Parts: sequence; structure tokens; C-alpha cells
Amino acid sequence: MSGLRTFRLVVWAAIAVLGGFLIISTQLSSSPTSEIATGTAKVGGPFSLVSHTGERIDNRSLAGRPYLVFFGFTYCPEICPTTLFELTDLMSELGTEADAFEVMFITVDPERDTQEALAGYMTSFDSRITALRGTAEETQAALNAFSAYAKKVSLEGKEYTMDHTAGVFLIRADGGFGGMMDMHEPRETRLEKLRRLAKGQISTDS
Amino acid sequence: MSIFVSLAMKVAGVLTAGLLSTAVQAHEFSRGDIRIDHPWSRITPSVAPVAGAYLTVINSGTEADRLTGGSTPIAERIEIHRMTMENGIARMRPLPDGVEIAPGASVELAPGGIHLMLIKPSRQLVEGDRFKARLDFAKGGAVDVEFVVQKNASAETGSGAEHGGHAP
Repeated sequence: MSGLRTFRLVVWAAIAVLGGFLIISTQLSSSPTSEIATGTAKVGGPFSLVSHTGERIDNRSLAGRPYLVFFGFTYCPEICPTTLFELTDLMSELGTEADAFEVMFITVDPERDTQEALAGYMTSFDSRITALRGTAEETQAALNAFSAYAKKVSLEGKEYTMDHTAGVFLIRADGGFGGMMDMHEPRETRLEKLRRLAKGQISTDS
Repeated sequence: MSIFVSLAMKVAGVLTAGLLSTAVQAHEFSRGDIRIDHPWSRITPSVAPVAGAYLTVINSGTEADRLTGGSTPIAERIEIHRMTMENGIARMRPLPDGVEIAPGASVELAPGGIHLMLIKPSRQLVEGDRFKARLDFAKGGAVDVEFVVQKNASAETGSGAEHGGHAP
């Protein structure tokens, strides 16, 4: 008899566990749906910043044209200038094809990257690349718009550095996310991505 | 024998440099058991507040040594940093204790990892430029080197593969 009792207990316990799983899984799967329902896109939300030439640029002024966005800062010795030099190189190879898209370098360090500092810095790159900066709030809004991340990290003394999302976001003319461009990808792959972005041939929302 | 080899290497080096005018010739510096292979720095944008520099350290001695930092007339100071990339986020942290080089081992300071960071360079670094620096080792003392400024990492990771697109 006790064997049957144990069996019943096990069955009830199994039902309870399964039921719990069902409830949790429905809740988990419903949360992304509710995000979509609010209309908040993960990439390409509202932002408003000022260019290194003093022009205010926001997601509305960019609407209708594809663009590239990446986050960085001038105190970054490696990945930021390298990305800018490589973009310059790719754009020179594309020539007038690159006129079809905008390239935005958003500083995550507006404290040190003043408009003047950025204006000097940008003279080394393709003149079609725009550096953007904003107040701390505007910068955070821009990071949120691309689901990007940046954090100020204190170092010894008064020094600090910035942790930041390093990839290049590709944004389609309709404002939708066209994927990322990784500077470690083969040059041909990067050129192809830019050509497709320029021609409006990127449709993936991945 | 070794004199002959080194002479042959020099001749080969000169010939290579002549043939490939833009190619960067490998160069090295040593003191005692420490050898520094191909110290190079990347071109910088104008008014850049920092510059990254790279090299390989070879310790042929029987004791571990440590690269603790260095100095150069063209920058305020040199720090040693490590760059990491995780989930698409780049992070950079100073290595105040420097880098240890085990006996008989070599350590490569290269893009995407440990690098030297020149703080407040006094001039823009352009391709082909050279500048002197002194590297400090805990045991080996100071090693004088000359950095060469390149657009990309050396041939094996840089231009060779990158310019494949130009082929007819």
C-alpha cells in the first residue's frame, strides 16, 4: 500500500512542478510580446545630439537615409581610432557609393570630448563622418536608443576610462536595425554590408 | 657563422625594404636577457590624447622579469593597459604591476590585448614616423628602443589579407 501512496505523491509532485513550469514559461514568453506592444524598438529609438560642427542631429533628421552608428571616445587608444580609420578606408574604397549613408561617431565621454576636441579629432578621417556629443542625459538617451552600454570607470587619481559597446550599428533608411558590422570581419564582408545598406538591400531585423 | 647569418639577414632586410617601400622592416633591440621585437605604434588622429603601442618581449634568461613601464620624449608618460572585449563591450584597465615575462618565454603586446598607452603625445603619429622610448624592466633595467609608426598591425594580421579586394 505504501508503494501506491508514494507513487501518488510522486505523481502529484510532478504535476505541481510541471504546472509551475507552465506558469513561469508563459510569463517569460509573454514579456517580450508586451515590449513589442508598447512600440519600443530595441535599436533605433529617439536621440538628439550636437555634431562636431555644431549642428543638432536627431533620429528624425536622419530618417529616410541609412546610417552607421558607433560609440567611443577620444581617450580610447585602440578600438575607436582604428574603427574610424578603417571606416575612412572603406568609404574611400566605396567612393560616391558611400554618399548614400551617414556615419555617426557618438562620444560616450562628453566631459572630455568637447565639441572643439572632436572637431580637431575628426580632421583625420573621412569628412563624411560626423562626431556627435550631448549632455550626460542626451548621451544616455542615445545609448538607450541603440541598446548600447557605456560606463565611467574611475582609475587612480582623477583619471577615468570608459567601458563601452564597440560594434558598429547599421540602421536602414526606414529606421530599422540592419545588423552590426564587426571590424574583425573580412574587409570584403564589411564592404558588402555597406554596399547593401547604401542600396537599401538590408532587410534582416536581426 | 652567426656573423654571416646576421649579415645575410641585414642584406635581406635592405633588399626587402627596397622592394616593398611601404612594408615595415622588422627591427629589434636588446639588453642582457631581454629582447624587444618590433616595437610599433599605430597612426593617431590629430590632437589624439592617447596612442597605443605594441611589441614582443623575449626573455632568454633563467629568471622571470617584468616590464613595468617606460618613457618617451614624445609623450607625458607610458602606461601598460589591457583591453578586453566581452559581449561586444570594450574595457580597458591599467596593469600597474606591469607584465611578467617567464624565463625562456615571450609576451606579445598586441592590438586587442595588452598594450602600451602613450598619454598625451606631443605630436600626431603618422605612417613611417619613428620615435625613441625607454622601457623599464624590474630586473633587466632600462632598454632603449625605437618605435615605428604603422597604419596596421604587421603583415600577418594586417594589410596582406585586407587588401585582397584589390586583386583583379
